[in-house]
Amino acid sequence: MAAIERTFTLQVPSSTENLALIREFVTTIGRQATLHDEEINKLELAVDEACANVIEHAYGYDITKDVSVRATFDDEKLKISVIDEGRGFDPAKVPQKSVDELIHERRSGGLGIRLIKTLMDEVSYEIEPGQKNELHMTMLIKK
Amino acid sequence: MPNPFAIQTTVEDGLSIISLEGFVDAHTAPQFESAVQSEVDAGRIRLIVDCEKLSYISSAGLGVFMSFYEEVRERGGDIKICGLVPKVKHTFEIMGFQSLFDMPENQSAAKQSFTAN
Repeated sequence: MAAIERTFTLQVPSSTENLALIREFVTTIGRQATLHDEEINKLELAVDEACANVIEHAYGYDITKDVSVRATFDDEKLKISVIDEGRGFDPAKVPQKSVDELIHERRSGGLGIRLIKTLMDEVSYEIEPGQKNELHMTMLIKK
Repeated sequence: MPNPFAIQTTVEDGLSIISLEGFVDAHTAPQFESAVQSEVDAGRIRLIVDCEKLSYISSAGLGVFMSFYEEVRERGGDIKICGLVPKVKHTFEIMGFQSLFDMPENQSAAKQSFTAN
């Protein structure tokens, strides 16, 4: 029998105030997709990091813009896409510094992309700056 | 909304204890950063961050620890992170914080480890 694919979307104004709402949405989706608690925690953190990046870097805290989170899952995998229309950036060009280096530079940022890549099974990007940027994150559903 | 954020700072025997409650994310991390900055500015550089009631932390919160680490240590102080629940501890461990920060089981152990130094 073919797996039924289900899609849910949340669209919120680009404010860090809404990160808690986004995490709640993602946690609920994770439960519906029958992810284990540990996987849900990873998903929650990865999506939070992705959305925080959009709010800060793509939109520069412009609350008139929107961040969309689209979740699609079937029996085998859960795919989450974070979508914005802001300044796209190529993550491959963002230097990946170690925690030691960041500490030495007394920086508080720079961990987000690394965390996302560590937490999720697959990560890919579609970037059209000012048009539409999509960060796709996939988690395989373990039985 | 579950887990609202709260922060409280107390000073005991030359130790600053910053207790976090709820979640530290990109929205609430600036308040945490201000609390640490206030202590450091006042010359109180023996810090315990009590995470017993902390249910979630993102990289914005981890970043606060990173940004003060060197300054505090250079001045002869330290930041100890105690009371981590498993979910939050896992986030610290993903980034390798356990090799940089002392993470005592609870506030009492954190105080003792300062006394021992």
